[in-house]
Amino acid sequence: MKLFKIKGGIHPKGRKEATSNKAIQSIPLPTMLRIPLQQHIGAPATALVEKGDLVKKGQLLAKARGAVSANIHAPTSGRIIAIGRFIAPHASGLPGTTITLRPDGEEAWADRPPPLDPDTAPVDELAKRVAECGIVGLGGATFPSGVKLNLRNRYDLKLLVINAAECEPYLTCDDRLMRERAEDVLTGVRIMARTLGVERVIVAIESNKPEAAKALRTITKASGDDKISIVEVPARYPMGSEKHLVQTLTGKETPARALTADIGVVVHNVATAYAIQQAVCHGRPLISRIVTLSGEAMAEGGNFEVLLGTPVSHLVEQAGGLKHDPDRLIIGGPMMGQPLSSLRAPIIKGINGILALGQKQKQAPPPMPCIRCTSCAAACPCGLSPFDMAQRIRSDELDSAVDIGLLDCIGCGSCAYVCPSKIPLVQYFNYAKGSLTAKQRADHKQEETKRLVQTRDARMEKMRREKQEAMARMKAERAAKKAKEEQQKQAAAAAQNADTETKIKVEA
Amino acid sequence: MTDVTSGPFLHSGASVSRTMGLVILALVPSTAFGLYLYGWPAITLFVVTISSALLFEAIALKLAGKPILPFLTDGSGLLTGWLLAMTLPPWAPWWIGLIGSMIAILLAKHAFGGLGQNIFNPAMIARTVLLISFPVQMTQFLPPLPLSSANAPGFREGIEVVLTGHAGLDALSGASLLGSIKTQLGQGETLPSILASLFDMRDAAIGSIAGSMGETSALLALLGGLFLLITRVISWHIPVSMIAAMVALSTLCHSLNPDLYLGPDVHLLSGAFLFSAFFIATDYVTAPGTDRGKIIFGAGIGMLTFVIRTWAAYPEGVAFAVLLMNATAPLIDAYVRPLIYGRTRKGTPLSYPDDHTKGPTS
Ligand code: SF4
Ligand code: SF4
Repeated sequence: MKLFKIKGGIHPKGRKEATSNKAIQSIPLPTMLRIPLQQHIGAPATALVEKGDLVKKGQLLAKARGAVSANIHAPTSGRIIAIGRFIAPHASGLPGTTITLRPDGEEAWADRPPPLDPDTAPVDELAKRVAECGIVGLGGATFPSGVKLNLRNRYDLKLLVINAAECEPYLTCDDRLMRERAEDVLTGVRIMARTLGVERVIVAIESNKPEAAKALRTITKASGDDKISIVEVPARYPMGSEKHLVQTLTGKETPARALTADIGVVVHNVATAYAIQQAVCHGRPLISRIVTLSGEAMAEGGNFEVLLGTPVSHLVEQAGGLKHDPDRLIIGGPMMGQPLSSLRAPIIKGINGILALGQKQKQAPPPMPCIRCTSCAAACPCGLSPFDMAQRIRSDELDSAVDIGLLDCIGCGSCAYVCPSKIPLVQYFNYAKGSLTAKQRADHKQEETKRLVQTRDARMEKMRREKQEAMARMKAERAAKKAKEEQQKQAAAAAQNADTETKIKVEA
Repeated sequence: MTDVTSGPFLHSGASVSRTMGLVILALVPSTAFGLYLYGWPAITLFVVTISSALLFEAIALKLAGKPILPFLTDGSGLLTGWLLAMTLPPWAPWWIGLIGSMIAILLAKHAFGGLGQNIFNPAMIARTVLLISFPVQMTQFLPPLPLSSANAPGFREGIEVVLTGHAGLDALSGASLLGSIKTQLGQGETLPSILASLFDMRDAAIGSIAGSMGETSALLALLGGLFLLITRVISWHIPVSMIAAMVALSTLCHSLNPDLYLGPDVHLLSGAFLFSAFFIATDYVTAPGTDRGKIIFGAGIGMLTFVIRTWAAYPEGVAFAVLLMNATAPLIDAYVRPLIYGRTRKGTPLSYPDDHTKGPTS
C-alpha cells in the first residue's frame, strides 16, 4: 500500500526489547481495589452502591452520567468498604471520588448479558452493548467507545483505522495483545467496522512490531477477509497521533478544529477492539486491561493483565519490584505520559504503562537559553514554531501565541525531545493552554454574571414600570372616582337645590 | 513552573555545547591549514583572540549576574572568538584580536542580552567595526609563508611580529585577490588581463593565496560545511540559496560583459564566500526561523555580496551582506509563517475535501 509522508517527527530509541518478549501474565488479587468514578473524559459516573454493599464481579457500580461518560463495573466480587476521596493517578495528584472494594476472593460473577453474534446482531444493539460495558478508548484518550461507534448517525464514514502503532518508547502491551490474542482482536475490529458501516479497515502497525503484523495477517488471510488490511507504517514518533496516522495512510489532512470523521475516517485503538470483542461475545464489561511495566529501575517488568482498581504498588511488587530509586515514575509512555504522584494510586482504564525511569538524579541542570536552532520546529509534526510560541508565552503574550498555533499543538513533546537547550517546551504550552482555559472560564463567568445582572436589571425595570403603571392606574382610578363622586355630589346638590327651589316655589 | 510536570521524560541528548563543539570540529581543517600557511604569527593571534573572547565572555556573564560555568562551557563564546580569528588578516597585531573579541562579545552579544538574544552576528560586527576603524591593519594580507618554508618566522619571532609589530611585514604584505582586482580595475585594466596574472583556480580552491586566517580555502570550507550538513547541525537552506543566488547573478552579468564582471568561479572561490555560507550565515540566532525564510535570507546574502563586491568601495562584501540580512531576519520571520497542520498558509482551517457530515434528512 502506498504510504504518505508526514512532516516532522522524531526517532526516539524504542526501548521495547525489555518487555516485548514477555507474555501477558495475570497477578494475584490485591487486598483492596480503588475504583475512581472518573476513568474517562466527560462527567464522572454516578455511584449505584453504598458502603457495606456486597457486589459480584462485573456488577454495575456506577452509571454513566451525561452524553460523554462511561459505566463502571466491579472488577471482582467483594464488599464495598468505603466511598470517598482517594488519590487518583493524575499529574496533579488531586484525589477524586473513589469506591473502595475489598475482594472476597470468590471471583463470583454477576449475571452477564448474553453473547451477541458479531455478524448478525443489529448494529444499534452492538453499540448499546459497548456503552453498557463501560468501554472507553484504551490508547489513553478514554473517550467512551459507544459514543464513537454511533458516529455513523452523524457522518458518512468510509474508513476505519485501527491504531496499533504504539509509537511511545517502552510500551509493548498492544504488541503482546496482537501477538497473543490476534483472533479476538480481529473479531473486535470486525464488530467496529460493522457498527460504523465502513467499507474498509486498515490496521496500522509500526514496522518495529513485525510479529504482531504477522499474527494478524495470518488470520485475515485464512479467513479470506479482504476488507481488513494490515499495514506497516514507519516507526516514527508520533505515528500514533490520530490525524497523522490518517494522513500517512490516506494522504488526507484533517482540517484544524475538525474530527477525522469530517473526512470520513474513524480511528480506534487496537486494545479497544479487544475489549469490544469481550463485551459482545462474552458479555464481559471492561474490568481489566493490559499494562506494560518497564523502565531502567524496574527489576523485571513485563506485560500484565490487571484488574482496574489495582494499586500500582501491588502491581509493581508482583512484577518483581524496583531495582533502585527511580528518577521518575510515569503513567503511560515517556513522551506524553504523566508523572505518577503516588504508588498507592490505582490502575484505571486509560493506563497502558507504568514506567520507572532511570536512577534517581540529584538535580537536572537548568535549561539554557533558546539559541533559535529551529530543531524544535523541524521536529514538530504540526508545523508549529515551538521556540516562537515559548518566547511569546514567556513574555505573557498568550493571545499572540494562539495566533501562531498554540491550540494546534498536540503536546507530543517532539520539540522538547530534540531541544539542545533542554527547554521544557511542552510545559510552557500546557501552562499556557491551562491559563487560557482558566481565562475562558473566567470570561465565561463574567459573561454569565453580566447576563444575570442584565436580566436582573431588566426585571427590576419591568417591575418598576409595572409599579408605576399600577400607581398611575390607581391614581387615575382614584381621580375618576373622585370626579364621579364630585359629579354625584353636584348632582345631589343640584337636586337639593331644585328641591329647595321647588319647596320655595311651593311655599311661595 | 519549576518542577517538571509534563513530558517528555526522554531527551535526544542534544546540547548547546555539543552543537557548538560540532561546529568547532568542522572548523578544524580550515583552521589547521590557515595556521600552517601563515605560521607562528597567525598561531599567536589565534590564541590571543580566543582567550580574550573567553575572558570577555566571563566578564560579561559576571556583570549580568548569570552563572558563569554553564554558560562559559556552552562553547558559544569560544566559537565566536574562533570565527572572528578566522576572519582576521593572519599577521594582524595582537590588539586587533583583543578589540575584535571585545566588540563581538560585549557589544554584539551581551549588550543584547547574551546567548540567543543578539540580532547581529557577533563575529561579523567585530570584523566590520575593525575594518572601518583600522582599515590599514585589516587589509594587510600576505602571501602564504608556510611553517615548513625556510623564511617563515620561528616561534619567538612569530610572537614578536604580533606583539610588537614587525619590520618585514610591510615589505611582504599586499592586498587580497579581490582587493587587487578592485584597485587594478580602477586603473582602467580589463578583467581578463588582471585575472590572468592574479587568479589561479587551483590555488584559490586549495587556499594557498593571500587572505584571512581561515577563509581562503574554499575546499576546506566546503568540507566543514558538508560535515555540518551530515551531522544536521545546519540545514541546506541557507548555504544552497546563498550560493545559488551568487552563481545566478554573477553568471548573468559575466555573460553580458566579461570585461567588467567576475564569473561565478572567482566569486565562489575567493574571499570568504563559501566559508561564510556554511559557518557565518547559518548562525542560528541571527537567521530566520523557517525554512522558507532561510532561503530568502540566504539568497539575500548572495545577492548583496555580489552587489557590494561589484559596485561598492569595499572589495569584500560578505560581512556587510550578512549584517544587512541579519537586520531583515525579524521582518522575514514576521511575513514568512510556517504551514501549520490542517491549516492554509494564511492560518485558516483547511476546507473539507469532501464533506462527510450527514445532512438532517439522511
Ligand atoms: S530546539 Fe530549543 S534551542 Fe532550538 S530553537 Fe527550539 S527552543 Fe530554541
Ligand atoms: S508538543 Fe506541540 S509544539 Fe511540540 S512538537 Fe508536539 S505538536 Fe509541535
